Amino acid sequence: MFRLSRAPLKPDTLRRRLPGEGAGACVCFEGRVRDRNRGRTVRLLEYEAYDRLAEKEGGRVVAAAKKKFGLKAAVCVHRIGLLPAGEAAVWVGVLADHRAAAFDACRYIIDELKARVPIWKKEHYARGAAEWIAPGDTRGSKAPSGKKA
Amino acid sequence: MKTVRVQYFAALREQAGCREETLATTAATLAVLYAELQRSHGFTFPAERLSVAINDDFSGWSAPLADGATVVFLPPFAGG
Repeated sequence: MFRLSRAPLKPDTLRRRLPGEGAGACVCFEGRVRDRNRGRTVRLLEYEAYDRLAEKEGGRVVAAAKKKFGLKAAVCVHRIGLLPAGEAAVWVGVLADHRAAAFDACRYIIDELKARVPIWKKEHYARGAAEWIAPGDTRGSKAPSGKKA
Repeated sequence: MKTVRVQYFAALREQAGCREETLATTAATLAVLYAELQRSHGFTFPAERLSVAINDDFSGWSAPLADGATVVFLPPFAGG
């Protein structure tokens, strides 16, 4: 199951979507808004999605993981909207018979989501500027441009 | 001449100044349509950095453009 959420994520509720069934390993990953990136202080992250295609492609990622790793259950939810630093942006939970498959599947889902699902983020900085982030965009990664004004 | 609907998200939405627009075009493929829009809107992304969708699913750049299609040019993804 994959979906987008405009409301804050509730890991305890999401974990209940991974019922026991005697499986031996449950691995969950919670991605949170980091307060710094490329040398700048991040106040808020703004997430935007192409809803219809994101839900379709996210569903394909989760279905592929279930098949590839033989999972008993898998859930992935991604937040949309304005999130302050520290807030959960994405939650992945998987249930498998053994831990190796559970760890690998959890990693697979978050990596594939980042690569394949049409979701974007804009960083809002402490000094007021804001920028859409593109992976592989290394501007400022070595020499932060945040001069002490 | 055909009529297509183009939707924009994130950085392209801001550069276009709108969420979507309906256009009349003679472009035969998505690649030609993007080149036209890049000229008219001043989009900063080269086509190589984008992916593209037709009617809510991923497509290739050489896909033919049909009358009535909904097209989305997608900036590099940054979920997670």
